[in-house]
Amino acid sequence: MKPAPFAYLRAGSVDETLEALRQEGTDARILAGGQSLIPMLNMRLARPALLVDAMHIPVLQHISADAGRVTIGAAVRQRDMQAWPELGQRLRLLAAALPWVGHVQTRSRGTLCGSVAHADPSAEIPLTLVALGGQVHLRSHHGARRIQASDFFIGMMATACEPDEMIEAISLPSDRPGTGHAFREIGRRHGDFAIVACAGVVTEQTATLAVGGVADRPLARAMPLPGTRGDATALNDALNAFAWDLDARDDLHATARYRRELVCRLGRAVIEEAAQCRA
Amino acid sequence: MPRLNADQRYPVTLTLNGRRLTAEAEPRMLLCDFLRHVLGATGTHVGCEHGVCGACTVQIDGVPARSCLTLAVQADGAVLCTVEGLAPSPGKLSVLQQAFREHFALQCGFCTAGILMSLDAWLCRHPDAGEQELREVLAGHLCRCTGYAPILRAALAAAQRLREGGDA
Repeated sequence: MKPAPFAYLRAGSVDETLEALRQEGTDARILAGGQSLIPMLNMRLARPALLVDAMHIPVLQHISADAGRVTIGAAVRQRDMQAWPELGQRLRLLAAALPWVGHVQTRSRGTLCGSVAHADPSAEIPLTLVALGGQVHLRSHHGARRIQASDFFIGMMATACEPDEMIEAISLPSDRPGTGHAFREIGRRHGDFAIVACAGVVTEQTATLAVGGVADRPLARAMPLPGTRGDATALNDALNAFAWDLDARDDLHATARYRRELVCRLGRAVIEEAAQCRA
Repeated sequence: MPRLNADQRYPVTLTLNGRRLTAEAEPRMLLCDFLRHVLGATGTHVGCEHGVCGACTVQIDGVPARSCLTLAVQADGAVLCTVEGLAPSPGKLSVLQQAFREHFALQCGFCTAGILMSLDAWLCRHPDAGEQELREVLAGHLCRCTGYAPILRAALAAAQRLREGGDA
């Protein structure tokens, strides 16, 4: 199908974008790379009166890194993130997850913040953000606020972003020495929506597993550290409890039972792999 | 660019296969429809219209992208390459196109234009591409005729010929 009619504004600044959001409210949508929004428009699942194109706002086009954090602007495409020379040293989990985001043909245009705004429960970038304890930087004409990723995603394609707010950036803590990361995913084919995606982060004291594709949003939980006495049973029990708590459902692609099984197996694999990477 | 009204057409200027063109589009017009119905470049095919099948893939500023997930107005100022721009001269196929012919990498041909644009872009940047990465590039395309094996063979053969110094 074709999109229903909408007006189009190529915004030149954040202020211009916020003013359009203030005037139009829920009738306006921000257009970034369009790789999630335009399918919704084509299928007429979304019928905004106005699209505000944020890709030409210079201040949103940067990846910046200070001592402890990497901040990724709303107009940074997934392809450009993958080509960022510091990605492999600063954000290894994101480096591992990005090749799973859509296809090379959609990463050409899709942005990281756009994927976060869309909040598909099986999407890899929101999962990575939750696994690493990242933040979403929001701004409206009232001012700016930052919100933890785990508070930002509130349900199936639902976020804490208000109608007059835009995502300016996301930020992630840079990898610390002695931290291991791993990412694995099962889908029908490479690039399809994940049936289950798992991200593991292991430090000297903590192990965290984040799971996408099962609950209505990506969720993270602390796991027992592998390599400690009795860990095999403790980790299996924790994985099993997490798998059940995610409240998996049957759908066209997989049964709930299969998803629970994948959470346990992929979850164990990413925790063990992350622990090995740490060593 | 000022605010564009929903029901009006506006000039969009882009470079298509080396030619600078200007034509009019409503804001809601998809790039694939702009190419086919306004500019008359019907080599690009339109399949699923939600980014899954890959038939409409073109190169936007040198990188492969879905023309059904891009608005014509977003492509204002862009440099586009479509399947019509691959052949080096009339009557002569590119190395990749020739390999497709030799390896029977197409049957009905509906998906072919998109696959050629993805592989062409990839092989330009990665002449040493191996089977695994070419499989991942192909994962962004659906082909219901070939089963992909001949496409993969053609891509590998084209890569080898390009490495041996054949012109694209």
